Amino acid sequence: MNTRKVFARIYIWIVLVVLYAPILFIAVFSFTEAKSLGNWTGFSMNLYKNLFTGSMQNSSGLISAVENTLVIALIASVIATLLGTVAAIGIFNLKGRKKNVMNFLNNIPMINPDIITGVSLFLLFVFLHISQGYTTVVLAHITFCTPYVVLNVMPKLSQLNPNIYEAALDLGATPMQALRKVLVPALRPGMISGFILSFTMSLDDFAVTFFTRGTIGLDTLSTYIYADARKGGLTPELKPLMTILFLLILVVLLIINIRQSKNSNKK
Amino acid sequence: MKENIIDIRHLSKSFGDKKVLDDINLYVRRGEFITLLGPSGCGKTTLLRMIAGFLKPDEGSIMLDGKDIAGVPPHERPLNTVFQRYALFPHLDVYDNIAFGLKLKKTPEDEIDKRVRKVLKLVAMSDYEDRDVETLSGGQQQRIAIARAIVNQPKVLLLDEPLAALDLKMRKDMQIELKEMHRKLGITFIYVTHDQEEALTLSDTIVVINEGKIQQIGTPTDIYNEPVNAFVADFIGESNILKGRMLRDRRVAFIKHEFDCVDEGFGEDVRVDVVVRPEDIYFTTDPAKCQFTAKVNSCTFKGVHYEMYVDTDTGYELMIQDYDPYPVGSEVMLYIDPDDIQVMKKERTENKYTGTVTAEGTVEFLGAEFECDTKGFEVGEDVTVKVRFEKVDLLDHEDEAITTGHVEFILYMGNHYHLTIRTESGEKIWVDTNDIWDKNDFVGIKILPKDICLEKVTAANE
Repeated sequence: MNTRKVFARIYIWIVLVVLYAPILFIAVFSFTEAKSLGNWTGFSMNLYKNLFTGSMQNSSGLISAVENTLVIALIASVIATLLGTVAAIGIFNLKGRKKNVMNFLNNIPMINPDIITGVSLFLLFVFLHISQGYTTVVLAHITFCTPYVVLNVMPKLSQLNPNIYEAALDLGATPMQALRKVLVPALRPGMISGFILSFTMSLDDFAVTFFTRGTIGLDTLSTYIYADARKGGLTPELKPLMTILFLLILVVLLIINIRQSKNSNKK
Repeated sequence: MKENIIDIRHLSKSFGDKKVLDDINLYVRRGEFITLLGPSGCGKTTLLRMIAGFLKPDEGSIMLDGKDIAGVPPHERPLNTVFQRYALFPHLDVYDNIAFGLKLKKTPEDEIDKRVRKVLKLVAMSDYEDRDVETLSGGQQQRIAIARAIVNQPKVLLLDEPLAALDLKMRKDMQIELKEMHRKLGITFIYVTHDQEEALTLSDTIVVINEGKIQQIGTPTDIYNEPVNAFVADFIGESNILKGRMLRDRRVAFIKHEFDCVDEGFGEDVRVDVVVRPEDIYFTTDPAKCQFTAKVNSCTFKGVHYEMYVDTDTGYELMIQDYDPYPVGSEVMLYIDPDDIQVMKKERTENKYTGTVTAEGTVEFLGAEFECDTKGFEVGEDVTVKVRFEKVDLLDHEDEAITTGHVEFILYMGNHYHLTIRTESGEKIWVDTNDIWDKNDFVGIKILPKDICLEKVTAANE
């Protein structure tokens, strides 16, 4: 019994180390100045300083890439959340076979490899003669984010009392008021998790962005890093940037988890 | 003010091919407690939803205070609904749930406060205003749902099986409270339930609905004592439903005995159905009073009374309820008061369809081809097909069956079962049988060629 417990402990630690070592590695080496990865030349905050003062090579390119990434992720996930919620309500109210078919169709884009989504969207935009750039990247991101929102909102709909919308109408709410005051608040947790998932999916997307950004030199963080690494080694300042991004996402996750456990405690 | 608050005329509704409500005519008096009663799927909830405005009728009109409200959306109707599973808003607390309707109407804050507190007191939930609705028990949630509806002072309160999810004890308590609330508020209540006991307890008027049609409208005592057909008799309370023959006015024969009764106007020597409630069959020791004898078959204590099954000297099984038990196996003398015999017109005496002769020796009806004697009829000719109830064979397999169906309704008639079978083609066939089947059983249907009777289609048959 005791040895079994020890093995269980060791196993979980191995899993954790393998999972987090690469991130830890980058975080540690963001606090040294060495150009090549893996060389420790003493503790230094210089890379962080360079990142924020902009005194690094091609810093404007990096800053605009970060900006693009965040703006595209925000626009795409807001629109995907709205579309996905409406779609989920629609699919939920279908009956029998139609509902199953729509659910199945919603699942396909999620299991479809990104590269195929990327290439097929590229071909679609070419076919429709839409010049590729910012708009096409946003459209593409909305496309692959929406199914995730549908997937997150659907369980909230099944938990919902089927009469709740009618109850609001019955008490004098117009259909719009009923949607705003009753349906949306009830679906909000699903919409929020759908939004966060969309946001992170959009943030780290490479394949789809790569194929839909066209030739106008639009870069998001992922395409920028890809190009940067191909040019001859990673710019050292990317290490602190990644560390910061990781910490930011960690904080957001923690806040969500704490809020959720508080909510479930209240009930 | 008109006496009738709601007037429903020729209301019909279909979902796809299925007619769920068929030519409903009903009025509701101001201030009354009216109950729509029927088995699940009979259309009662559909009717309530149309009054609330969630469904649009295909045909007919619903008048509220003399005005047709067909085109009025639910949020503009001065009616409120208490839903089956409460349908409280989970993100709002008790107070905000109740205040929801008043806030939408832009009622002043202090007025809202006053009214919310008043209804909370009425439903005995005064200290719960800040509670999260999901922390409340089923009964408490139901009270809040009722409070949320009546705080808006609707002209009519619609209740869709509001007590169905509560346990028995809670249900009984809430029934008394609902009745009390109805008395205090003076609002018209339209109540939907499948529970006949609940309907009898609560209502001023009961509307019995089956298969989209109103079967009977009346006070609880009317419905109980004078059911108009076998369905109502079987659905409301316990009953002995038997085949009978009206000999002349005030004289009826059933279970192979003759009885005096109080019914008139059926004609002479007419086949009828007879209902006798189990508490209306009396034991006697006086041979002069005895109308027939029977042997006690079983005797079960039911709390207040004993429920006994007896076999009559003529081979019929009857249910009797009495305060005193009689030992199993004993011979007893029985009589029935003329007042307690309810005679009903027979709805049907045999199966009757319109069919087509498809070839020499076969006829098509019920969506299948049956063999029979087609002498005297031409191929392709439309004919009237008649089959007696007892001539339909039911099989528990498909092998020799001509068509198949499901048992939809079972009526015990003292010495045999009268079954309603829904065939694959969606039509009905009625069967008299001694075999025991369960509701929803799958059955194979077979009719011997000699038992299928063909007739020329005449104008009278159409």
